[in-house]
Amino acid sequence: MSKTVKLRKGLDIRLIGIANKVKSEVALPKTVSVKPSDFHGMTPKMLVKEGQEVKAGSIIFQDKYNEPIKFASPVSGTVEAIVRGEKRRILEVLISTSQDQQFENSGKKEVASMSNEEVKALMLASGLWPFVKQRPLDIVANPVNEPKAIFVSAFDSSPLAPDFDYILHGKNEEFSTGMEALKKLTSGKVHLTLNGKSPADSAFTEVKGVEVNKIIGKHPVGNVGTQIHHIDPVNKGEFVWTVNAQDVAIIGRFFLSGQYNAKRTIALTGSEVKDPQYIDTIIGANVADILEGQITSDNVRVISGNVLTGDKISKDGHLGFYHNQITVIPEGNELKFVLTKGWLGLGFDKFSNSRLFPTFLSGKKKFRLDTNTNGEERAFVVTGELERVFPFDILPMQLTKAAITDDIDGMENLGIYEVAPEDFVLCEYVCTTKINIQDKIRQGLDLIGEECM
Amino acid sequence: MKFLENIVHKMEPKFAKGGKLEKWHPMFESFTTLAFTPANVTQKGAHIRDGVDLKRTMITVIIAMIPCLLFGIYNTGHWEMVAAAGDRSLDFWADGGAKFMAGLWVVLPLIVVSYGVGLTIEFIFGFMRGHSLHEGFLVSGMLIPLVMPADVPLWMVGVATAFAVIIGKEIFGGTGMNILNVALTARAFLFFAYPTSMSGDKVWMAGNEASVDGFTGSTALGDLATFMSDKPVFENLEAYTNNYSFLDSVWGIIPGSIGETSLIAIMLGALILLFTGVGSLRIMASFFIGGYVMGLILNAFGGNEFLDLPAHFHLAIGGFAFGAVFMATDPVTASQTATGKIIYGFLGGVIAILIRVLNPAYPEGVMLAILFMNVMAPIIDHYVVQGNIKRRLKRVKTA
Repeated sequence: MSKTVKLRKGLDIRLIGIANKVKSEVALPKTVSVKPSDFHGMTPKMLVKEGQEVKAGSIIFQDKYNEPIKFASPVSGTVEAIVRGEKRRILEVLISTSQDQQFENSGKKEVASMSNEEVKALMLASGLWPFVKQRPLDIVANPVNEPKAIFVSAFDSSPLAPDFDYILHGKNEEFSTGMEALKKLTSGKVHLTLNGKSPADSAFTEVKGVEVNKIIGKHPVGNVGTQIHHIDPVNKGEFVWTVNAQDVAIIGRFFLSGQYNAKRTIALTGSEVKDPQYIDTIIGANVADILEGQITSDNVRVISGNVLTGDKISKDGHLGFYHNQITVIPEGNELKFVLTKGWLGLGFDKFSNSRLFPTFLSGKKKFRLDTNTNGEERAFVVTGELERVFPFDILPMQLTKAAITDDIDGMENLGIYEVAPEDFVLCEYVCTTKINIQDKIRQGLDLIGEECM
Repeated sequence: MKFLENIVHKMEPKFAKGGKLEKWHPMFESFTTLAFTPANVTQKGAHIRDGVDLKRTMITVIIAMIPCLLFGIYNTGHWEMVAAAGDRSLDFWADGGAKFMAGLWVVLPLIVVSYGVGLTIEFIFGFMRGHSLHEGFLVSGMLIPLVMPADVPLWMVGVATAFAVIIGKEIFGGTGMNILNVALTARAFLFFAYPTSMSGDKVWMAGNEASVDGFTGSTALGDLATFMSDKPVFENLEAYTNNYSFLDSVWGIIPGSIGETSLIAIMLGALILLFTGVGSLRIMASFFIGGYVMGLILNAFGGNEFLDLPAHFHLAIGGFAFGAVFMATDPVTASQTATGKIIYGFLGGVIAILIRVLNPAYPEGVMLAILFMNVMAPIIDHYVVQGNIKRRLKRVKTA
């Protein structure tokens, strides 16, 4: 039975630089990187050596402690470098792309006629598995567990988020095949959650045999965590898997063609981008070509992903595995004088969820926000502000404190199994203390992962 | 401001780690962050952050206190003149400038002592812990003078402030860690350590000792409390209201602690706090409702003049409104959960009036009520949190 959920809590951060609905294709990037750090908590065991030739879809490493989970190269080319950091930890695998792209081919498959185990085995063997993430813990799903449901969010409500309706328009077959594959992974339901505010593209509405729900509200309404909480919440001992909408299409494409084609449309956004637009590129692509001639100044921060959850990368860094967007915003590494731009200023340039700045009056104005923290880190003083942007029946401040103090019982009771760091993005944004709440929640989840799972 | 900025940049290396003046870094940081929002950028998690910080929040509370402060200064001047003349019927609005100056002469030294002592101690603890000045005391430092009687000796304010900051706050870890409201801790300390300077009928008007024989400088609440004894000041309630009308209490033309008398000034502050969202509506409203309900309950019992005092009088006299708006809402010491705030405020209001009317020793109960509720707040929160936990556990059973 489908339902419509309405949420009152949340916050839409209005930023300048949303992508225009024009798509341009850039040439295949010279290098592509696969970063083990994109898969939290995973230790890679390399299966290729530097200088080795790989095809798109060739397995390049696997999870050392969960070997069935394999990771594939998104392009064909040569393994240029395995970059290591402290204690020889593998930071990234750089692959230089070859002129003509060759694919590992496992042959076209009819998903409907495959057994559940076959689908799972094929996805694991072909390197598609990392697209499937699990709650609790927000890590790559452990294939051993039985998920009670799988959730796919058909929209992203983050600031400047790409429009999935636009991206997946016309990819109806790929998306429904992907959903078909997901159905094989669970004995429970597969939930597809649409944005209740606007009609969804036919790529989403044509999908059959899944539970379609609608949800209306402000960010984090598009976060799959919010949707799970309101539709079928995770309790202790249960697992829910989630897949990014665009990755469902990639999975679908694999079953339709037998090839792992990691092509992805991303949105190039942010106030420091000259011409924000959509770009067809590939997972892990070097962003230098994409940003070429697009950035307005030098003192900017390039983010793979959105401004709230993304990773800071350099101007010739690489797109993250799960990211659908690149955002470029100004760095805020300058002193701000108290009366003009500081804490006593009028603050017409500040976007705030509180009414301490006059900008709460300007309902539609968009802002050019920089990376300044706008203040120093402090202890928790103000109460009630996190709750206003956290549409869960969970006490965000108490849970964060439990995570900070490594209080396992407290975290379990307060609902750590239901949340991922990304659910706390707005708490982190609005918090007067400037504490990195996502990081604290991640540490809490890691502790839970070690001690209780 | 490029000029100032250059100075900061030039001095920074000296105070940085390994620099000549490294030890003084907390001091340097405190001052530079007053003048400039630092160039700190986000490292992890959300790359952009809300414009709000603790400095902005705290300055808003101080702005909200300005009406009380200004009115308090004027009122102090007024009652000083009343005491000097020995005539309570002096026109409140006449001779305004002189009254304001007289009041300023009393109040300003209190503010200077409070901030001076408090900030010095905060700096010392800042050095010990290697962090810059935290903003909490900016508000406490203003609250302390506002809850003092006009005639309190300055050294007492200094001692009380030191006690409140060290014992009330810093030993718990500083701003955000304290259990009791700092300003009320200061007042409670004086109240129990030097009761003669904090109550009775001599302290509420500056310079009262030298005044005309037979004149009493008691407060409305002090006079009301005598209804509970054998020797009431007034014959009956009517005589009382002839002396202190409800309207006088609302305007605040009555003697009392410096900032607490004017309901109107306090309400202006409350509007600022509520509009900006800094103060909790839940706490404020439930505190007033709690006090009113308790007043009605006492009315229902009746029996003597004080018990029969109409409930709305209670909200306008004494420190009730000031406590509700500025003290009970202190987010650090209040309940932190939404439901908890309502319970906390309501019980605070109830207990404030209960102590005020029914105890024989203290004419005012708001301070003790709020301090008591500060101690109880974590318990209230505990049960609210347990409720949340149980609700989520139930989900498993029904599913």
